[in-house]
Amino acid sequence: MLEVKALEKSYGAKHAVRGVSFTVEKGTVLGFLGPNGAGKSTTMRMIAGVLEPDSGDALIDGQSIISDRRAAQASLGYLPEGAPLYEDMTPPEFLRFLAEARALPRKSRRDAVDRAIADARILSVSHQRIGDLSKGYRRRVGLAGAILHDPPVLVLDEPTDGLDPNQKRAVRALIARMAPSKAIIISTHTLTEVPAMCHRAVLIDRGRVIADDTPAGLARRSEDGSLESAFSRLTDQVEDETL
Amino acid sequence: MTGYLTRQMSGFSATYRRELGAYFATPMAYVFLAVFLLALGLFTWEAGRFFDTGVADLQPFFVWHPWLYMIFLPALAMRLWADEKASGTDELLLSLPLGIPGLVLGKLMAAWTVAAAGLLLTLPMWASVNFLGSPDNTAIALAYFVSLLMAGAYLSIGAAVSALTGSQVTSFVISVVIAFVFTAAGWPLVLSTVQSLFGTGFADIVARFSFITQFEGAQRGVLELRAVAYFLGFTATFVFLNCLWASRQRLG
Repeated sequence: MLEVKALEKSYGAKHAVRGVSFTVEKGTVLGFLGPNGAGKSTTMRMIAGVLEPDSGDALIDGQSIISDRRAAQASLGYLPEGAPLYEDMTPPEFLRFLAEARALPRKSRRDAVDRAIADARILSVSHQRIGDLSKGYRRRVGLAGAILHDPPVLVLDEPTDGLDPNQKRAVRALIARMAPSKAIIISTHTLTEVPAMCHRAVLIDRGRVIADDTPAGLARRSEDGSLESAFSRLTDQVEDETL
Repeated sequence: MTGYLTRQMSGFSATYRRELGAYFATPMAYVFLAVFLLALGLFTWEAGRFFDTGVADLQPFFVWHPWLYMIFLPALAMRLWADEKASGTDELLLSLPLGIPGLVLGKLMAAWTVAAAGLLLTLPMWASVNFLGSPDNTAIALAYFVSLLMAGAYLSIGAAVSALTGSQVTSFVISVVIAFVFTAAGWPLVLSTVQSLFGTGFADIVARFSFITQFEGAQRGVLELRAVAYFLGFTATFVFLNCLWASRQRLG
């Protein structure tokens, strides 16, 4: 479904991503974890075709993001960090724009927009401009945009960041509903939601994958068996090694 | 070949409609049109002495077009790419399976449409010279046509610079400076200076690249293919730069 192969990216002297590889099968929700600045967003942006990697590749449903970018992007739903949206549009206008831009067949556009609005539970705010919506609703509009074309692969950069507990639960429920038919990557630094939401977790630090395990397996690597201390132990350890 | 072109241009109509909607969803387009028409009217009547020439034509109206475009059209174009960057939606746009040329032309055409609406709203002026006398209507239609082409050239500067700088204010200032250079190059004041410094030959070359010089023929009602080719070529050059500067973002 999604195959990430040795992605590398440098910004000037900063080597942000140093050979990140992993695969995600259909039906799997992968938690993409790591400290701030570890290279999570950079990796996700490269998978989404927003940023060109220095080397490496990502295959989305078998299509290379390098040699066949548009075909790969057609099979991908992407929620950028902070869920940027066109504030002057209403949610249905925004989704219709995406449907046209993605060249969905004219006849199925209305259905796709209606389904995305229903799935993301944003029907009640359909008539409001996106700029006037609360953070929770905006995030859900962004999610509706990512799932509009029913892509087999979803890349969601911090979909629950900054939401209140109820909004988080709503987003988690939406992801759980979609999980069986898709390969999903979610980045987050709220570790408590990882066991509830993800089947597998990839931990990266300083641009490298340092663990790829189930959330429970990851938690077992610490003394007290919590994901949080495993996280700090593993990322600290890397820090010690490089010093 | 057609397949390649279709892929490059994918997203044109979606982008065009979105951008045009964005102009009219905010007061932006209305404010632009109102102030543009006010300024054009003021210059035509006050500075151009529309009624004092005693001739029923639109010469005192068209003569101001390059100067007003120089200020107003960069203001219209400055948001095209800088706004995407400020709100982070450029990331959304780049994740769509679209071609950069489609995005660039879609945005430019949306701004061009607003500028065309501005010109359209000056038609009562054309009607009134017909009421006052019998002007050469073919000549006026021609001047309108070339003015619209010239508007595209000014807008292409603003759009490209907006993609380059990623900031609305910086983009406006730089675009006005570039537009000023290409406008004022045909201004007698500038030309005489250039002539005394570098000689007549060089001054002729400078004048040939000026919007004012290229627009002169059309103002007299002469269709110069050279001028049409100049404005189209100028626009194409900046569209190309715009594509280059917009896709640079993928490199990080």
